[in-house]
Amino acid sequence: MDKLLLSRWFWWVLLLPLALALVRVVDTVFYDPSALGPDPAQALVDLFGTIALWFLCFVLLVTPLQALIKARWLLRQRRALGVACFCYALLHWLSYAGLLLEWQWQNLGQDLLKRPYIIVGFSAGLMLLLLAVTSNNGSVRALGRRWRVLHRLVYPAALLVLIHMFWVARSDYTEVVMYTVFVLLLLLQRWRNRATS
Amino acid sequence: MKALITNKLTEHSVTPEAVYLNRRQWLKASAVGAAGLLAPSMKAVEVAPGDDPAPPWLQSQNKQASPSPFSSTEKLTPYEYVTGYNNFYEFGTGKDDPEKYGQDFNPHPWQVTVSGLAEGTGTFDLEDLLKGLAVEERIYRLRCVEAWSMVIPWLGVPMAALLKRFKPLSGAQYVTFESVYRPEEMPGQRSFFGAIDYPYIEGLRMDEAMHPLTLMATGVYGRSLPNQNGAPLRLVVPWKYGFKSIKSIRKITFTDRAPQTTWQKSNAREYGFYANVNPAVDHPRWSQAEERRLPSTLFASNRVPTLPFNGYADAVGSLYQGMDLTKYY
Repeated sequence: MDKLLLSRWFWWVLLLPLALALVRVVDTVFYDPSALGPDPAQALVDLFGTIALWFLCFVLLVTPLQALIKARWLLRQRRALGVACFCYALLHWLSYAGLLLEWQWQNLGQDLLKRPYIIVGFSAGLMLLLLAVTSNNGSVRALGRRWRVLHRLVYPAALLVLIHMFWVARSDYTEVVMYTVFVLLLLLQRWRNRATS
Repeated sequence: MKALITNKLTEHSVTPEAVYLNRRQWLKASAVGAAGLLAPSMKAVEVAPGDDPAPPWLQSQNKQASPSPFSSTEKLTPYEYVTGYNNFYEFGTGKDDPEKYGQDFNPHPWQVTVSGLAEGTGTFDLEDLLKGLAVEERIYRLRCVEAWSMVIPWLGVPMAALLKRFKPLSGAQYVTFESVYRPEEMPGQRSFFGAIDYPYIEGLRMDEAMHPLTLMATGVYGRSLPNQNGAPLRLVVPWKYGFKSIKSIRKITFTDRAPQTTWQKSNAREYGFYANVNPAVDHPRWSQAEERRLPSTLFASNRVPTLPFNGYADAVGSLYQGMDLTKYY
């Protein structure tokens, strides 16, 4: 088992959203059925999707931020942020497939074949899965230089996530435009760095 | 009259309250024709909790609502969800935005401008517009294009009774409705990256507008319409997707051609003029074959099959005889 080099408070930061989500789930199931509104499954799908997106943004923010404030410790936490992003993306998918579609495989398959926003979202999820399972020290050693190349998959994954959001939106693009600008700025900064170094 | 009621959906699996059930049976009985049982002073409407800020004349007109044989007998979606979870993009795109941001909207005093191919055009105070029209309670299924649905006890006047007041000319083939435009009171109308042109426009073919099921709603759950549900006046067309039922109506125009509606302008491939509920025609981004009847729970998503014309096919199917519904969606 690889050491994840996580300080204890960092674990709390990672698990805090999950704890908050669990509190609301327990509240809904045992005390107040309206705690998550009239469509609690949809509310959970949205919630986990948003949390995953936030961790994706954090991951992309690490490199430029640590260059800016010279914080090496931040770089060491990147792996945990990435794994957390994948875990919340997985919860996003599980609540969609299990709670919304109730594991109706036929509907799941049809969505996956016919609905472009599902196709791009699922593809992004597969990329994150690949990155998560190769995030341990053993994989880093085994893959060598190829590991860095492989983990650049995070960029296309981020773009697919944004497309997923654009295609889910029905009329107001304010939120997705904000995330897109944020991600593009981070990518631009990397591109400038590469150009100047 | 009775032929218009088509309740193919079964009663909800959740056991309804005893009181509620009794009322339903009583309603059914009165609908069958035992009108004598129905003393005029008895109120059939569910009364919502809380204040009703509407002017007294509107409150009292709504309180005199009589039950309708067109009402569904399905379990009602609770008041808190009907008024706390809906789409009214003028107040924001979140489902709780209309309730949250709708409170600064001042619907009174209200006027409606009627124009176009009719004899009785002009601008009318809401009170004059509704004076003498009998308000009914109509419990209708509402099927959102997003594949969820509710059962809602509306109050309102039959659209035909209202429109006849303006004496439409024979050339009037369509009626266009326009919502209020008040960006200072409606944050969604100020949205910079919104893909919707305001004011919101909707329209019906004249025979659709005059159909007995078409309602001009003035209230819900025994009270006047809350701001978030389209105060003080909104359309309810139960066999069409919810977005056809335009809210907070300021203008009614009789025309000889179909208007371009707001959602057609926004995305014609996804939203057509007719927008009849149709399980056989998917939205390009999701299936319309099923819907989730709200409220659902975490472990029971309440999926039910969607019915053609939202279960009102017997009443309205003839309006679309011979039309290719995959083309005129």
